Amino acid sequence: MVGPGPGGGAPLENANPLIYRRSGERPVTAREEDDELPDSIDDREIFDLIRSINDPEHPLTLEELNVVEQMRVKVNDAESTVAVEFTPTIPHCSMATLIGLSIKVKLIRSLPERFKLDVHITPGTHASEHAVNKQLADKERVAAALENSHLLEVVNQCLSARS
Amino acid sequence: MKEALELLGRVPAHPESRCWFLAWSPGGALLASCGGDRVVRLWGREGPGWCCRAVLGEGHQRTVRRVAWSPCGSYLASASFDATTCIWKKQEDGFECVTTLEGHENEVKSVAWAPSGTLLATCSRDKSVWVWEVDEEEEYECVSVLNSHTQDVKHVVWHPNQELLASASYDDTVKLYHEEEDDWVCCATLEGHESTVWSLAFDRSGERLASCSDDKTVRVWRRYKPGNEEGVACSGTDPTWKCVCNLSGYHTRTIYDVAWCHLTGALATACGDDAIRVFEESPSSDPQQPTFSLAAHVPRAHSQDVNCVAWNPKEPGLLASCSDDGEIAFWKYQRPEVC
Repeated sequence: MVGPGPGGGAPLENANPLIYRRSGERPVTAREEDDELPDSIDDREIFDLIRSINDPEHPLTLEELNVVEQMRVKVNDAESTVAVEFTPTIPHCSMATLIGLSIKVKLIRSLPERFKLDVHITPGTHASEHAVNKQLADKERVAAALENSHLLEVVNQCLSARS
Repeated sequence: MKEALELLGRVPAHPESRCWFLAWSPGGALLASCGGDRVVRLWGREGPGWCCRAVLGEGHQRTVRRVAWSPCGSYLASASFDATTCIWKKQEDGFECVTTLEGHENEVKSVAWAPSGTLLATCSRDKSVWVWEVDEEEEYECVSVLNSHTQDVKHVVWHPNQELLASASYDDTVKLYHEEEDDWVCCATLEGHESTVWSLAFDRSGERLASCSDDKTVRVWRRYKPGNEEGVACSGTDPTWKCVCNLSGYHTRTIYDVAWCHLTGALATACGDDAIRVFEESPSSDPQQPTFSLAAHVPRAHSQDVNCVAWNPKEPGLLASCSDDGEIAFWKYQRPEVC
């Protein structure tokens, strides 16, 4: 699961990625401003949690590389489920597992524990889609990976706010 | 249907962490739990509740994934993500780590003691299963490294009264091993699951094995020896294990554990949808094609994934379960009248 990481000196796999425009701020509705009313967690809220995650290779966010999109986030607050599909920039991206793991860790840390998180590759966009999905869905392997201090450091770099 | 499984109590066993696995001592008086907080705890009854009798710390540097009691109840083995297995020995005033088994390249996922108490098996993410022999001086020697699986090995379990070992893997298969001319060999590969096989349980007779998987099914496999009346083909002298039942459509997420009660025959499952389910075999069903029905279903048995279910070996119907929420729950199962 460990890639070269930022500044590793390895040649970039995708040297000239397409860059997408960032979305604007979330519009706040009157209902949300009323503190008396409960707000359920929606797709946009999840998207806001993951869109600023850094790409492991480029000084760009997952949103700017179109790796994550709001339309590929599905939340069901009542059933406590969150499903996120992400799209690697190239079909042989060796960073796919690391990107998926970063998304997963961000959601684990941000959401109430009742949520079941499913992080998948957008169907048909990666050569090892099945293997990466299986790895990300295996909570025992994710738990073991997060006890690996080197890997955790790389994930935390992806999740840190850019200076 | 819910009243078939009644909650007796809960304990926050591994707070701020995961509780990964539970194991009852052979006498049924103690329950061992382990978790992401790197310790093993032992629980005993106190009045109507359960209290912690001992904390086995300082054995492991990382998560303790599974624990197993020796058949005599004097030893406890703990398998850890730190790539080691610790052997704890019962002393007058608690348990002491007497040996650390090293050799696996990375996380040890499971450990199990053979019914004789002289053999131990461990398995790891390094794709191997190791068989260890214990001599009278309590020295452990690795007698075989089995590399039949092509992926992470999740679970090992021994036959209830024979030296037959079963393992479950991320490669979607179950394998069986026995000793042949002083060497351990894989004697069967059970194919059918469509994703990771997380856990296994033999029935009391050892003629059947239940497996549970990330494919959301439980399968029951039956042993057919060469020359069987049913005409199931065998290669050479090895028995064939054939899937005789597939419980599908009951679970909505990964099934992490299965437990087959040797006292009552009830089959319990631990699921990633937070539920515990109990299945009963229909008494009138054909042994070659048994049917199981859902006898109990507790939808929110825990607030997060259920990782383990364990039947007490002495008290019929006493079930323990544990979860990612760090808790252990105790349940009283009563078989419904009409099943």
